Amino acid sequence: MSKIVLEHIDKFYGSNHVLRDINLIIEDGDFMTLLGPSGCGKTTTLRVISGLEKPQEGKMFMDDRPIIDADAAFYEVPSKRGLNLVFQSYALWPHMTTYGNVAFGLKIKRLPKNEVNDRVMSALKVMRIEEYKDRYPNELSGGQQQRVAIARAIATSPKLLLLDEPLSNLDARLRIDMRAELKRLHKETGTTIIYVTHDQVEALTMSTKIALFKEGEISQLDTPLDIYTNPIDLQAADFIGNPRINFVDGTALYNGDSLLVKSPLGEYNFPGKDIKADEECPLGVEFECVLGIRPETIELSLENPERKNTVDATVYASQPAGSETLVTITVKDAELLVIQIGLKDYDVNQKIYATLHPNRMNVYNKQTTRLIKYAHTTQP
Amino acid sequence: MVKNLRQQKSFTWLRLKNQLLGVVSNPFNVIVFISLVMLFCLIVIPLLTMVGNTFMIAKAELRQLPDLEIGDLTLFYWKYLFATVLGTSVFLPALANSLMIGFFVTIISMPLGAVMAWLMVRSDLPGKKLLGMLIIIPYMIPSWCKSLAWLALFRNKTAGNLGLLSGLGVPVPDWLAYGPIAIILVMTLHYYAFAYLMVSGSLRSVNSELEEMGEIQGANKIQILKSITFPLILPALLSAAIMTISKSIGSYGVAASLGQFTNYQVLSTLLKYFLNGTPQRVGYVISILLIIMASGTIIANQKLIGVRKSYATIGGKGTRNNPMRLGAARYPLVAFLLVFLFAAMVMPMFALVMESFQLRTGGGYGLENLTLYAWIGDWENRPLEFYTYDGLLHNADFKGALVNTVKLSVIASVITAFCGQFLGYISTRGRGKWYGKWTEQLVFVPYLMPGVAFGAIYFAMFSQPRLGGLIPSLYGTFTLIVLVSIVKHFPFASRSGTASMMQISTELEEAAEIAGASFWTRIAKIVIPLAKNGFISGLMLVFISIAKELDLIAVLMTPANRTLPFLAFEYSKNMPQGADAVAIIILLFILLCYTIANLLGADVGKSWG
Repeated sequence: MSKIVLEHIDKFYGSNHVLRDINLIIEDGDFMTLLGPSGCGKTTTLRVISGLEKPQEGKMFMDDRPIIDADAAFYEVPSKRGLNLVFQSYALWPHMTTYGNVAFGLKIKRLPKNEVNDRVMSALKVMRIEEYKDRYPNELSGGQQQRVAIARAIATSPKLLLLDEPLSNLDARLRIDMRAELKRLHKETGTTIIYVTHDQVEALTMSTKIALFKEGEISQLDTPLDIYTNPIDLQAADFIGNPRINFVDGTALYNGDSLLVKSPLGEYNFPGKDIKADEECPLGVEFECVLGIRPETIELSLENPERKNTVDATVYASQPAGSETLVTITVKDAELLVIQIGLKDYDVNQKIYATLHPNRMNVYNKQTTRLIKYAHTTQP
Repeated sequence: MVKNLRQQKSFTWLRLKNQLLGVVSNPFNVIVFISLVMLFCLIVIPLLTMVGNTFMIAKAELRQLPDLEIGDLTLFYWKYLFATVLGTSVFLPALANSLMIGFFVTIISMPLGAVMAWLMVRSDLPGKKLLGMLIIIPYMIPSWCKSLAWLALFRNKTAGNLGLLSGLGVPVPDWLAYGPIAIILVMTLHYYAFAYLMVSGSLRSVNSELEEMGEIQGANKIQILKSITFPLILPALLSAAIMTISKSIGSYGVAASLGQFTNYQVLSTLLKYFLNGTPQRVGYVISILLIIMASGTIIANQKLIGVRKSYATIGGKGTRNNPMRLGAARYPLVAFLLVFLFAAMVMPMFALVMESFQLRTGGGYGLENLTLYAWIGDWENRPLEFYTYDGLLHNADFKGALVNTVKLSVIASVITAFCGQFLGYISTRGRGKWYGKWTEQLVFVPYLMPGVAFGAIYFAMFSQPRLGGLIPSLYGTFTLIVLVSIVKHFPFASRSGTASMMQISTELEEAAEIAGASFWTRIAKIVIPLAKNGFISGLMLVFISIAKELDLIAVLMTPANRTLPFLAFEYSKNMPQGADAVAIIILLFILLCYTIANLLGADVGKSWG
């Protein structure tokens, strides 16, 4: 129902440059997540879109309608943008009941009384909180307050729904429930959603697209799978994925045809089709690189499987956690974290074998930190 | 470097139009603009006018300076005070007296208040709850009431009417009844409670685990007090001391009523003396000096202690508060406190109340000396020839003053509390922005000035028409009294406004803004309902403070707009029973208000004494 275009948005707080040339297109029906550590500008971007902040530079359009034109000092007021916002703190009005909170915006719009009632009740029904309609916010649990906040936002049938870290105040179990709830909401209403979070699990599980923020800039814009498989730089790789990606230092030599990487894990020759051959990847000179290896791409075996790319390893520590087991191993002087499905147990200092999959590895230029070799999502 | 990234935008009419529209169509901007202009006109301009007046010659002094014209620049008034015998002979003693009073009041009331605070917060003293309440009652009683009570006890022949003690035949010397000792003791009885409130607040924020840790390390009680508790509350102690000095130097009512019979002058009474006489503008010079002394100490306090103050609140996560055991010392301490409260509160108040029923003051409490004249008497049938006033029931002055007081308190406190909420709104929403900072700073200015000096500023500003007659001379009008009461209470009201606005997160308003609520709708539907309680308790405290105010309005009083505190002060010169009766009325009224305010959840400790 709504396509949002941000062009060259710059925002300053005093001399503090918080948003640097943000360009972003959010297609109709997207579930776009703005992901990044705190202070990276993702919430500010959301507030710019909502109209609560005015950027000093840039333009914004919704369905080709100009919303922001900083050059003309034109900023459409928030209420005419056809959007609604769920705050991190929920911002429920403490002096109004659940019903009053949800009905407020509809009353402001001077809708007839029975329509207000119908819309409120249907929003409460969608969020499954009809029975709490006469309670005040302080009589509701955190999860219920969250549902009221979302009900309040969807009651006005916004074309665009903005969510600012809505799950960060919930406990772990409720968070999983609410993730499912939000995903269902997106499917059922088809509303375009922009979702701000610092939690990469939320981003990966819910979004259709992720914009990864870094120091006021968008460093990567991709689907969740692409962001996870090929983070654009070391920082992004480190941020995305839980448990963390393994980094192993090595040296690389690119001959225009293939990339030869030497590391404690052995020598790999990566085919040219996977290489991002640009200035990040110097031709014909040896340079320092970092291998990025996801914990789930390493296989462990007690007996030598006699397969390619298998190395000797020693168990450093093992953490069985029921559905999965985290094993820390050392290969020469490199330390790697491995996830194994199911309950396994290893002894400390036990000798085992680790099988690696080079086509699922990322390679980064250590100096520029940028990605130079793409990984594949499946093994050949 | 980052700043350079911001390019200067080229000028277009569309841009200008949108920018203007953006500023003007937002009522918040309009409110900020109006508030800043009002604050500037009500605080900065009057202050500058008074300062300017001290350098300009007035009509009255033309005789002495024949070659000058009205308004010419002169240092006459400053020289008069500092460099002529006429000036220095009154100024230097008054200055010395003020400083001495400030010094002694502080060094007596600080330890008194601090020790009581420690006992109430930290020890296992029996009956803490009741004692803690009794201790702050003196703070609710206006300080000029306490000086009336002092006089009721100690008055001697010098004042014409005797007090309780001289009536019993105890020879009370002048040096005890009037002058510095009396002033210091009466002020101490007021400001110890101030120290108590500040120190106990600070002590409550210190986690007792910090002290328990010392105990585990093997320190004894004295060592713990000395090296853990004391350093932690030191910033609060110093703040309280500075505020006490600043307040006691600027205080007028106590010094005026206890100094009047022996012509004992301090700076604040000297200020009034000059304002009512000549050269009038010397009074402004004294006012400036008082402001510099009072604000200097407060600003120094903020600069020196401001940073360190922060650690008073470092207390870890728990606020568990395990009382220290006093052991055998408990009962003597309770006894001491009870004796103190009896001597400081019960006795004087008893003397004050009883005196209002006496035919002759100091004549004892025999039936033949008791009368209701001060309350319901009628001058036509006065029992003693020298009575010069009607009992309150028939007293036109009293009725006028009562009406004035109620009118003043109601009008001024409602306006003040209302402005306070708006100013608080501007300073919280403008936090970190230039207008928020300016509002906060401007609003704070009246706080730096002693009441009597602030009165002098308004006297200087409004005793003649301003703006070419657009603002008429307000001297002698009720409007001026209302205006000065409002502006002087701005700091307090806006602080309470800020506190209540801080409770309302901006997100609550933003959520309404996104829902399409206009500025005024947000104020009406979100801010006001949520700020209501803070507003009412702030209103009550301002109301009480204005109702008992004497210092601020003393220099602006004319017979037509006298208030009850001023009437009591006037009566105390030669009609003590009448003064007592007026004081009792005010006390009852104040206690009633405090009770209501307390029921509404206001914090008495936040009020200004």
